[in-house]
Amino acid sequence: MSIRGVRIKIQELSHRYTPKSPVTFDKVNLDAKQGEIIVIIGRSGCGKSTLLHILAGLLRPTDGTVYLDDTLVTAPSPQWVMMFQAPHLFPWMQVSQNVGIGLRFAGWDETKMSDRVADALSLVDLQDYADNNVQDLSGGQQQRVALARSLVMEPELLLLDEPFSALDAFTRASLQHDVRSIAKRLGFNVVIVTHDIDEAVLMADRALIMAGSPGKIYDELEVNLPDPRERQDPAVQAMRARLMEAFQNAANEHPSASSKDVGDDSKPHSVTQHA
Amino acid sequence: MSDGAPSVGIGESRSFRALKTSGRGLSNFFGGLAILFTLWWIGGYLISINPSTTHFAAFGPIPTFKAFPELWSSGTIQSAIAASGYRLGIGLLIAIILGVPIGILMGRSKKFREMSNSPFQLLRMISPLAWMPLAVVVFATWNQSIIFLIAIASLWPIAFATAAGLAKVDPAWFKVARNLGAKPLHLLTKIIMPAISFDVFTGIRLALGVAWIVLVPAEYLGVTSGLGYSIEDARETLSYDHLTAIVLVIGAIGYILDSTCVLFIKRFSWHHAES
Ligand SMILES: Nc1ncnc2c1ncn2[C@@H]1O[C@H](COP(=O)(O)OP(=O)(O)OP(=O)(O)O)[C@@H](O)[C@H]1O
Ligand SMILES: [Mg+2]
Repeated sequence: MSIRGVRIKIQELSHRYTPKSPVTFDKVNLDAKQGEIIVIIGRSGCGKSTLLHILAGLLRPTDGTVYLDDTLVTAPSPQWVMMFQAPHLFPWMQVSQNVGIGLRFAGWDETKMSDRVADALSLVDLQDYADNNVQDLSGGQQQRVALARSLVMEPELLLLDEPFSALDAFTRASLQHDVRSIAKRLGFNVVIVTHDIDEAVLMADRALIMAGSPGKIYDELEVNLPDPRERQDPAVQAMRARLMEAFQNAANEHPSASSKDVGDDSKPHSVTQHA
Repeated sequence: MSDGAPSVGIGESRSFRALKTSGRGLSNFFGGLAILFTLWWIGGYLISINPSTTHFAAFGPIPTFKAFPELWSSGTIQSAIAASGYRLGIGLLIAIILGVPIGILMGRSKKFREMSNSPFQLLRMISPLAWMPLAVVVFATWNQSIIFLIAIASLWPIAFATAAGLAKVDPAWFKVARNLGAKPLHLLTKIIMPAISFDVFTGIRLALGVAWIVLVPAEYLGVTSGLGYSIEDARETLSYDHLTAIVLVIGAIGYILDSTCVLFIKRFSWHHAES
């Protein structure tokens, strides 16, 4: 499969859900290079999921624009696909049918489709499971199927909304590694939203810290670490500390009433100090 | 390939177990029927030795079974089944054509659901046979009236089961599908229909049960064909062996129709058994 990335240009993006509800985020600007992996971390409720839905075209912003190269995002498209916290597979379809569903929507013929599905399944190491019922797979395998279902469309941009937070630590680590290596190999852009600072350090080219209400991008950090990244590597640890500090600065400056915080693996969602 | 091996083992033991259970199931199946026929035989015997009821002795199983060749060669059974089957089939078809879209509308549109709930619940509680006098006035022929009764009896179970099925559909499936390029028609044919076909068939099964029960008394009046008419005819000509034979046919066909529905329900069920 050949995929290339895309230049993302977000300009003055603002959103509120209803005229009466508070502004979710205000005048967000962001540029991403072709093939860049961006990780957005921030506390619960600062508008990360909302931002991703707008990038995916699943939600129209109140104000501002999102351009992917020269295309204005106004609607969902297989060119920019989103993955969620749960895999949301179609339980009446086998693994291969789930993976191929986007191609079926696009009216591909059967042989081309099955070749492409096989490619996508081997990308996520599930080639032996093509004919399985998706309900028989583990949570991690299901999330891999969901990944293959997105990759099969050869997207320029993959949007991930806390995609691994429901998985155990080992499965999460292997998926974090695999998603980054697949993205780097195929060259597409990724935007990941997470609560997990480790995830940001292990996956990002650039980490953005979103905070406040209305949310805005408060800080950003280049994460230029060599691949593959190992958690216990001192350079990774150092970067993690820097990111944690930046995150806490943002949190102190923009205290939010929310209780769900950024954490690390050992103590999920409980680390940040309260101002 | 190594991943396939254990599942083959499980499959073998499972099918072996299924064979054992089905062997036991089969003997229970015939055992239950044997008890029913014995009770019938005892009843017939008691009727025949009691001087005041002895001329009803043909109700017993032996005269009944002896009546079958005659009823069959004269074509009585076949034409009765054809006439009743036609009314049932058309009535059910109308109920499905109307009931499934109504159910989808109830499941998808909150406004429609809220507005339609009380009128539908009210209509549902009216015995289908209570419509008979009205139907006779409205429709030109008795045949049409009976079809109307079947349709109105079947409509509610189908519509409500469809709506209940839709209520269980994960809204994220629509988001995922739209994101992968699904058009509204795809949502209907590739997501909604397979997701709810199990519930639709469950509704059809319920509808069939009601319709089959409504059909026979509806045929007592007006028409000169069908199973209900044959019973009435046998009663008037005092051929009690024919009467019980037709009753038996009604039971057997109802049972076959219901079992067919169960097969379809199993075929379209994607809910995994917990065992
Ligand atoms: N459909 C909606 N209608 C109205 N308000 C909404 C809706 N979805 C989210 N919000 C509000 O918008 C704000 C941002 O929500 P969002 O889901 O984007 O946060 P988030 O950063 O993804 O949080 P989390 O980390 O918990 O997933 C919240 O205050 C939330 O209450
Ligand atoms: Mg979120």
